[in-house]
Amino acid sequence: MMITFMNNSDSEEEPCNERTSLMSAESPPVPSYQDGLPASEAGEAQTHRKRQTGSSHSPNNAADGNVSDSGVPVRESALENEEEELTLKYGAKHVIMLFVPVTLCMIVVVATIKSVRFYTEKNGQLIYTPFSEDTPSVGQRLLNSVLNTIIMISVIVVMTVFLVLLYKYRCYKFIHGWLILSSLMLLFLFTYIYLGEVLKTYNVAMDYPTLILVIWNFGAVGMICIHWKGPLQLQQAYLIMISALMALVFIKYLPEWSAWVILGAISIYDLMAVLCPKGPLRMLVETAQERNEPIFPALIYSSAMMWTVGMAKPDTAARAPSQQTWDTAEDGRENHRSPSHSDSEILETRSPVPTHPIASLEELEEEERGVKLGLGDFIFYSVLVGKAAATASGDWNTTLACFVAILIGLCLTLLLLAVFKKALPALPISITFGLVFYFSTDNLVRPFMDTLASHQLYI
Amino acid sequence: MHRAAAGAPGPARPPSPPPPPPSAMGAAVFFGCAGIAFGPALALVLLTVAAEPLRVIILVAGAFFWLVSLLLASLIWFISVHLSDQEDSKLQYSLLVFGAAVSVLLQEVFRFAYFKLLKKADEGLAMISEDGQSPISLKQMAYVSGLSFGIISGVFSVINILADSIGPGIVGIHGDSPYYFITSAFLTMAVVFLHTFWGVIFFDACEKRRYWCLGLVVASHLITSGLTFLNPWYEASLVPIYIITVCMGVWAFFTAGGSFRNILKCLSCKQEEDNRVMMYSALQVPFED
Repeated sequence: MMITFMNNSDSEEEPCNERTSLMSAESPPVPSYQDGLPASEAGEAQTHRKRQTGSSHSPNNAADGNVSDSGVPVRESALENEEEELTLKYGAKHVIMLFVPVTLCMIVVVATIKSVRFYTEKNGQLIYTPFSEDTPSVGQRLLNSVLNTIIMISVIVVMTVFLVLLYKYRCYKFIHGWLILSSLMLLFLFTYIYLGEVLKTYNVAMDYPTLILVIWNFGAVGMICIHWKGPLQLQQAYLIMISALMALVFIKYLPEWSAWVILGAISIYDLMAVLCPKGPLRMLVETAQERNEPIFPALIYSSAMMWTVGMAKPDTAARAPSQQTWDTAEDGRENHRSPSHSDSEILETRSPVPTHPIASLEELEEEERGVKLGLGDFIFYSVLVGKAAATASGDWNTTLACFVAILIGLCLTLLLLAVFKKALPALPISITFGLVFYFSTDNLVRPFMDTLASHQLYI
Repeated sequence: MHRAAAGAPGPARPPSPPPPPPSAMGAAVFFGCAGIAFGPALALVLLTVAAEPLRVIILVAGAFFWLVSLLLASLIWFISVHLSDQEDSKLQYSLLVFGAAVSVLLQEVFRFAYFKLLKKADEGLAMISEDGQSPISLKQMAYVSGLSFGIISGVFSVINILADSIGPGIVGIHGDSPYYFITSAFLTMAVVFLHTFWGVIFFDACEKRRYWCLGLVVASHLITSGLTFLNPWYEASLVPIYIITVCMGVWAFFTAGGSFRNILKCLSCKQEEDNRVMMYSALQVPFED
């Protein structure tokens, strides 16, 4: 039965199993703003893959530097230097804006793994990993896991190409429906299962009416937040929760060795899909850029904030109601587009802003475009850390080492993003570090630390 | 190794209150020891590091460097163990000592490597900033990197012990000390502080090319690690370690620019635009407009 569920969830998995990519939407400095507009639009655009991080630095904040929080008088310093410094300042802030949700997702997954035994019990396998690993010989087991990986990755490739084709031939309704179905599945069915298992673990009784009320509210609000409008933090929380749920499903249903090989293979695939000229993801991004439209943003985590305090300008005033909401609706594609268009209006109108005497702090306008990271990245990071927590013989050191490795990989990826300013895959570096640290900590560090601790030696 | 606190009362003692149930006892030990071990570290992180993104990144990167050093040291130890006779316990113990010494030296090597990296980053940040000054000073970086080494070192040493302290078990059933948990917690706290102080001193010594300071830091690290070999004779290990910690603290305070005047100024609670915690007051305030 679980396998059919998994089958249905495939449609949900696919968007999640896409390649991850970080994409920068570095808008160029004010003078060449017009050239940079498509780039910033592309940055807003999110791929089908839902694995795209747009690190959009708004260099026009340089102009905002003239109207900084503390009301510092207009600085006539070199615009470029200020831009670069602000880029880096925003760079560090963006890294933290991604550290926090990734950490939260991992904490949820690890906490669940360590307490709810359901997710570490072996109860069948996904249909995409048909070969069992219960074989006596090591060679056979390795072969089975490699075969499982090949099947899984080919399924992912086929689905990706299918989505790219759908997008190319403008079958938007189909994609909309697919995504809505997948999030329905996640928000209702998987949440129900998760809640059931947690209640079982802590031996808490809950009657069905209460359960229905809780699940219904949770799911309905989640659907609205994710696919339409909602408070940014609530939406971020929902995205983290569904990533954690998906990661838990993977941890439960992927056999041990297959999971590690799949993690490795998918980061290689991610690398190729995003960087090779004929990679599906790259083609998707380029198509979106050509059409100048955002791709479906339903499954991308966005840390963006838009602060629009009222200004005496009609276009900005019109944007005031959209304060603090980030429309990532597929239906609201237009809504999503309008912020970017009004962004452009804001950015254009910002040049004359410094010449207006800024009387009070209320006239402050600052727009910060955040970083976007695809949910697939969250899922695979959490799968790695969760697997480390589940299988590393009760050892916390391995989990922590993988956690640090993933964060450092993310940091390096964002650094590369700031340097190269184009779509980058977010999985390879983190997963590589994570895998290296997992195997080395589990096999080398653990015996060393255990032996030291048994003599109460400190190093 | 399951050890939990549970002592049987002696025969001549007056009736003591009934012992708490085992589950509550485990949780109490866990929270108490966790608080002792990581309370100061958590406070320092929350007060001084969490607010600034750059410092958080330096914290995480420092942890990464320490982990790499531990990895290499474990590799060396692992190879040496597997090349040797596993039955000979004396040999294994001396290999453990060797492994610990190698680990200490590698930690210091990686601290130096981290210093080099941070120095370069500092120059880069200064170059691209608008006023030629980087948003974070080298002294702050020294403090944060020391703290990061301390936290990750402490966590790796004690987290499994803490996890074991929740569960059921009896401490010292084979004749080991029943104070295992609490002494581990105090040792961890000392390690956190020591690494922080060593970080400050080390970076300053590298900056000013005072190699005798470097040597002293490495030597004190080796001595501290060596003192833990005297466990469970806790009077001989814990007390000297804390004395070393206090000395290092004072040295780091003066290295970072502190002085008695600063302490007095801080304690007098005069209205200043910079209100800093005492230890922090001596660190250079980054140029902020």
